[in-house]
Amino acid sequence: MNDDVIICRCEDVTYDEIVRAVRDGLTTTEEIKRILRCGMGPCQGRTCSRIIARIIAQETGTPVAEIEQPRVRPPTRPVEIGVLARGRNGTEAGGDHED
Amino acid sequence: MKTSADCVIIGGGVIGTAIAYYLAKRGLTDCVILESSYLASGATGRCGGGIRQQWSTEANTKLAIESVRAFAGLEEELGRDIEFLQGGYLVLAYTDEDVEQFEKNVALQRGLGLAVEKLTPGEINERVVPELNTEGVRMATYCADDASANPFLTTQAYADAARRLGVTIELFTPVTRVLTDRGRISGVETSRGTIEAPVVVNAAGSHSVLLARSAGVEIPVTPYRREILVTEPLERFFHPMIISFSFGIYFRQVKHGAVIGGFGSPDEPAGFNETSSLDFLTTMSWKLERLMPRLATVKIVRQWAGLYDMTPDAQPILGELDELPGFFQASGFSGHGFMIAPKVAMLLAKTIVGEEPDLDIDRLNARRFAGGSITQDRSVV
Repeated sequence: MNDDVIICRCEDVTYDEIVRAVRDGLTTTEEIKRILRCGMGPCQGRTCSRIIARIIAQETGTPVAEIEQPRVRPPTRPVEIGVLARGRNGTEAGGDHED
Repeated sequence: MKTSADCVIIGGGVIGTAIAYYLAKRGLTDCVILESSYLASGATGRCGGGIRQQWSTEANTKLAIESVRAFAGLEEELGRDIEFLQGGYLVLAYTDEDVEQFEKNVALQRGLGLAVEKLTPGEINERVVPELNTEGVRMATYCADDASANPFLTTQAYADAARRLGVTIELFTPVTRVLTDRGRISGVETSRGTIEAPVVVNAAGSHSVLLARSAGVEIPVTPYRREILVTEPLERFFHPMIISFSFGIYFRQVKHGAVIGGFGSPDEPAGFNETSSLDFLTTMSWKLERLMPRLATVKIVRQWAGLYDMTPDAQPILGELDELPGFFQASGFSGHGFMIAPKVAMLLAKTIVGEEPDLDIDRLNARRFAGGSITQDRSVV
């Protein structure tokens, strides 16, 4: 595979960037997601996460079946804020918060 | 894995990795960080990444000012981009109580040299965020030097710098028990064996209470779920973190373009629940649409949750426990650990090696809860 081929199409992450991350010690899909952003875009890793698992397997010698996929977080597909806002129930929201 | 070390740090979040780095800089390099999962997998990697200096007590404001100063030099010192950006913090007042408190805060903050302004709703739109819906907003305070950074990259930068100085980091290695011998700390038991150490630092966020209990001591740290979400990326259209205590919201646009934000439900029960809720998703969407109408057609791509490690006064527990020499606490950050991490970690590292800290952190020792007279900062939950 060419080093500059794009693996994560949402965030433009290349094969070479992922290989370098694994060689730097990021050996799980969760860690690679957090540092390189692959899987954080609109497709939420549907396209790239299996390819990333194969790259980790190839670089570390771990069987690909043993490499965990990143946790799937809601919503299942991107939803507009205006649509979700209309689904709000209950009373006027207030509340504490931090940042 | 090592079987002994001069220091063991439990927790590979920003606090644990930063303490390891500043200890190593002071020559304490025989140090092991034990992380139960991967780096920043707990509260650090789930937070909003804001770095605020606008607090309501002198001690907290001073600590926050020093933290921003430390953050500002971090990319050069650690040799990595951490997306540090001084985009400011805009704090919105909706009630009489807000306005009264903000007037006091600004007087105190200016007295400490912080460049904080009071803005009318018109000035907010003209000067800071043109698209903010200021309906119901009485006034705002704005500090252009307040900041934000990427929590994953910051933690990774500290971890890599600590490793270069000789620190060992063991990932996927949970600590199962903190060990004591004749009334002082003696090491830790992990899933992969025991490490003897005369100094153990408890930087495990909400789990710190369970680790302390395993050594026979109690610290008043309680976990509460807090939820957060992120949108698809947009071209930058505002710079500051926008927050309101009374309306209940915080949100900012990250370097990559996405809007990230959340609020804490006042009805959230204590516990280790880290699941996402539909209630949060819809209520947060309603809040975002109300404050920033153009977001109505923008899509949410992801939501998640994390744990605040709350203490009775919403301030961290820092320093050695009187009842267990060698056991240092660095937890209970109550939702604002990331933003003060660099300075707190520097101060704690100094304390551990016996140097005099340059800011008072003794006020944050666990013994303050024994006296029964704690001071609450008005600018927290």
